[in-house]
Amino acid sequence: MSSMEHVAAPQPGEVEAFETRATERVASVDDLASLDALVAELTGKRSPFALWKRSLGGLAHDERRAIGQELNEALARVDALVESRRALLAAVARAALVAADRLDLTEVVATPGAGHLHLVTQVREELEDVFVGMGYEIADGPEAETEWYNFTALNVPRDHPARSMQDSFYLATGDRESYLLRTQTSPVQVRLLERGALPLYAIAPGRVYRRDTADARHLPVFHQIEGIVVDRGVTFGDLAGTVETFVMAIFGTGIATRLRPAYFPFTEPSAEFEITCTICTGAGCRTCGQTGWIELGGCGLIHPAVLEASGVDPEQWSGFAFGFGIDRLAIMRHEIDDIRSFVENDVRFLTQF
Amino acid sequence: MRVPLSWLQEFVPLATVPRDHEGVRDLGRVLDSLGLVVEGIEHVGDGLDEVVLARVLEIRAIKGAERIRQVLVDAGGPEPAEIVCGATNFAVGDVVPLAKVGAELPGRFVIGRRTLRGVVSDGMLCSARELGVGGDESGLLVLASTGSPDGPLPAGVEAGMPLAEHLGIVPDAVFDIAVEPNRPDCLCVTGIARDVAARLKLPFVVEVPAVAPSGAPASGLASVAIDAPEACHHLLARVVTGVAAVASPPEVARRLILAGMRPIGAVVDASNYVMLELGQPSHPYDLERLGGHGLAVRYARPGERLVTLDGVDRVLGRHTDALGRTTDVEDLVICDANGVAIGLAGVMGGAATEIGDSTTRVVIELAQFAPVVVARTAKRQGVRSEASARFERGVDPEGLTRAADRFCALLAAAAAHGGARAPVVAPGDLDAHPVSTPRRHVRVRVGRVNALLGTTLGADEVEALLAPIGFLARRAEDVPRSDGEGDAISPRQDGTGQQDVVLDVEVPSFRPDAEREVDVVEEVARHVGYERIAATPRRSPFVGTLGARTVRRRRLRRVLTGLGAHEAWTSSIVDPSLVGRAGAQHPVVAIANPMVHEESVLRAHLLPGLLGALRHNVAHRNPALRLFEIGRVFVPMEGDGLPGESEHVGVLLARDGDDAASAVHVLGVVAEQMGLDREALVLDQEVPVPEPLVVLGTHPSRRALVRAGAGTSEVLGVLGEVDPRVLEEFGIAGCGRVGWLVLDLGALDEAPARDRRARPVSRFPSSDVDLSFVLDDATPAAALESALRTSAGELCESVRLLESYRGPGIPSGGRSLTYRLRFCAPDRTLTDADVAGLRAACIAAVESGLPATLRG
Repeated sequence: MSSMEHVAAPQPGEVEAFETRATERVASVDDLASLDALVAELTGKRSPFALWKRSLGGLAHDERRAIGQELNEALARVDALVESRRALLAAVARAALVAADRLDLTEVVATPGAGHLHLVTQVREELEDVFVGMGYEIADGPEAETEWYNFTALNVPRDHPARSMQDSFYLATGDRESYLLRTQTSPVQVRLLERGALPLYAIAPGRVYRRDTADARHLPVFHQIEGIVVDRGVTFGDLAGTVETFVMAIFGTGIATRLRPAYFPFTEPSAEFEITCTICTGAGCRTCGQTGWIELGGCGLIHPAVLEASGVDPEQWSGFAFGFGIDRLAIMRHEIDDIRSFVENDVRFLTQF
Repeated sequence: MRVPLSWLQEFVPLATVPRDHEGVRDLGRVLDSLGLVVEGIEHVGDGLDEVVLARVLEIRAIKGAERIRQVLVDAGGPEPAEIVCGATNFAVGDVVPLAKVGAELPGRFVIGRRTLRGVVSDGMLCSARELGVGGDESGLLVLASTGSPDGPLPAGVEAGMPLAEHLGIVPDAVFDIAVEPNRPDCLCVTGIARDVAARLKLPFVVEVPAVAPSGAPASGLASVAIDAPEACHHLLARVVTGVAAVASPPEVARRLILAGMRPIGAVVDASNYVMLELGQPSHPYDLERLGGHGLAVRYARPGERLVTLDGVDRVLGRHTDALGRTTDVEDLVICDANGVAIGLAGVMGGAATEIGDSTTRVVIELAQFAPVVVARTAKRQGVRSEASARFERGVDPEGLTRAADRFCALLAAAAAHGGARAPVVAPGDLDAHPVSTPRRHVRVRVGRVNALLGTTLGADEVEALLAPIGFLARRAEDVPRSDGEGDAISPRQDGTGQQDVVLDVEVPSFRPDAEREVDVVEEVARHVGYERIAATPRRSPFVGTLGARTVRRRRLRRVLTGLGAHEAWTSSIVDPSLVGRAGAQHPVVAIANPMVHEESVLRAHLLPGLLGALRHNVAHRNPALRLFEIGRVFVPMEGDGLPGESEHVGVLLARDGDDAASAVHVLGVVAEQMGLDREALVLDQEVPVPEPLVVLGTHPSRRALVRAGAGTSEVLGVLGEVDPRVLEEFGIAGCGRVGWLVLDLGALDEAPARDRRARPVSRFPSSDVDLSFVLDDATPAAALESALRTSAGELCESVRLLESYRGPGIPSGGRSLTYRLRFCAPDRTLTDADVAGLRAACIAAVESGLPATLRG
């Protein structure tokens, strides 16, 4: 105890006066560092509070209790005041930091973004997904074909008028007119049938070629999607129902379909399928020539000669096929007035989709 | 095929009135649903009510107006009508059409009373175009000029007379019908009438009265012969004498015009009219101009020449294709009795025997040719006539005599109308008929009809649907069966266990397309109406699948768009001059019959197309972009077979800062995202000679072959930069460096895949070691990296090139490469001693194996 210095107990009113002064000083501090220094001075080991507490041991029991209580209460009030001041100053400091960090998000310098898929790819993938949902597989075949796959096996022998219906690009190789760029995706039908795995539910999207002069509605190189179903007991009614199903999946439930007779050498009976005009939804407009209908593609029951050519017995199996233009569908949907936009590859066009 | 309603009505009692547009449209819908697609309907004589002839009495200027004048006309009323008019091509005394107030001109344009510049106009004076009676819109349609307001009017002109009456316009509607190639029977009015009558359950009647022959027998006047019976099955000729050069009666001329033909004179018109009405082409000859007064059919001699009616001098019997190869071919000609060719059989007549005004004796020739022969000749000669269009699809073999009768009746009617003497038909047809065409019989199972269509038709219903279109069905048990007729089919039990009914169907002679059971099924479907066959859902028994290939292509597309590349689509048919422009010459697949030289070879490479796309965008001030394309390329194969076809992806990198390194980065991302074993891919800058086609157009010292592994010969593709010389050729040298990557997707699909099993990730801290080596330029960095990887061992997590430095402190001809190696053990924290050991091992391995030294 000899090392202990002598400490005087607070005089009456002294604690209260000190607390008043401490309160004023805490309230006037305006940064966190000064607050920390002030806290040491007011409530630290060498503060009057600490000294006064040490003096209590020398007091009588009653006095000690009374002053002790007074000291504790005053200290608690000062502590509370300090904490609320600290919170306030922290909030102010953060607000200043945040304000200083402000970024104008409208003045960001552009960096290159992601690329765009070609519109034809987007439509093609959408169609593929619809048919996969219907339980079809996706098939593929070469674009340079033999006349057998493109014509003969599809019931279009040499000199058949249908060969000149679709003007073909023949290749300058082999015998006259023995190789060509496929005029339709139908050769894939033959390749699938030759595979011999029945029943068959497949689609074949791909690039086809016709000897047409390029204009706003035609390109000599374009894209088609072909569907083929071969199973037991497939009927014309099944074809109509299937066309109805995929048209609704693609265009929505408000779009109806109808079939009307047509001619394709590889189907019999053959039909063109039309859908409710998507522009006017059937009311009649310029796009549909006031009819309310637009032609989408061709279809029919697979001609028995086609099945026979690939070694499939038409008495056991029957089927249907359908096909339509992917580019045409894209044009219709997006009201594109010149199909040549597709091959121009202008980024101002590509990035719209 | 243009079909006037009035002509149809001659054979079917249709109640449709031409003026009733809705009714005409309804009939159009019936045609559509029969597969006779109506591509357009024209209304003739519409909008001419209240349009009358008016004579111009006086023309007055309007004060303050320069472009319009007031015109007083006599339109038959008690007072002159006052009209304001902007045209100036007429004078006082002219007769012009006046649309009176209330008239509704074509295009629903209603004429009302108007006031212009304070002057009232009681109607409108019209041009031919405004009335839909011609194309001229330069001024008013001036019908007559009399020179004065009160001079005499020409005959048939009267003020106030309806214009329609003056022009002889009869209201009609014309259907423009697209006839499918399998329906030669519908290339004539009666054929279409038959189908319509059947659908509407109306009677269909064609009556052709024969003209009684008289005078000298035809056999004494002319002769016919067939020297090529396999190509000409039937040749029938009739001789008509006393023929006058008269015009056709108005109704014949009017219908020819509506059907799209030009009236010429009674003889030619009658021939054309018969073809349009009955579908049988015929050709009239002037007997006087016919050498030896006879007709024969033979093949042309190779190189034989003939000037056809269109004035073209044609070489026959020989054909030269687009590649310059010449072959002898079978062109069929009609020749006279002296053997001189006078016409291209079934396609077009010759100029020498044409009917003229002086013609009095006519030989009308009707034939039946083998369709293939006519089709080949027409295609080779590049000429398709109304006749060849019919012959190549097949004309009715039983229709020749009826067509001859109709021709004679039309000639007689024309003579009567023209006030000429009646022509005389010589008795006895000249008839060579070496090949007859029996009617085909097809067996049709009623059960099969229902099985294919999904219908429940009875045998009686099938018979009733077929009878009106000429297909005569009888129960097969009533018909003895001859061998080789129709499909080899047998009755089947249907679901109810009842015996299927088999019909013997006799196909009408005008339906060469109906060959087997299924063709008759289609006829049943057509006449039931496709719209009445109930749609039934059919479910696939399979789970649908995109398939591995489509999945991989989709992923690749998304990786590339993620790298900022837009997908392009360029043509597979390219300009042969591009081949040289993108680098070295190489063999290409040529198209035998290109449209234009600029699109005459198949692309062997994606680069030229994508450079073209880049050039387009550069020209539109969008040079900084990345493009990719996935598509097929073609190379010729040895031995004249199908071309080799592969699927490539090409990526063109032309953003600011893009170069060969960007292409390496793209390959890395592609390899990683496509699940390839990235480490297995080797970049080989030693390109073998001769260069493979795939390196076409690349910068010789900034490119590398992509190989699937060290030492493999298989090349997956090429990456690097486009040769600046090539950029210059394309006019886009200003683009700076352009990175390029091309991969063969077929090879990529087969490339080694990354091990798909998961590797555990260590939970212990890792340590980095940075090592800088000086390496001479001849040694690729890949060798250093590979040496580091090998020596660093299993504890090495990654090896990454941080920096390449050339300059002070580094000997010229070399560079300093700094790699960061990260080490980590799966089961412990590596000690300093561990790391030091690994570091020393790496340095030793590199320095001993490569011309490299650690940089101090």
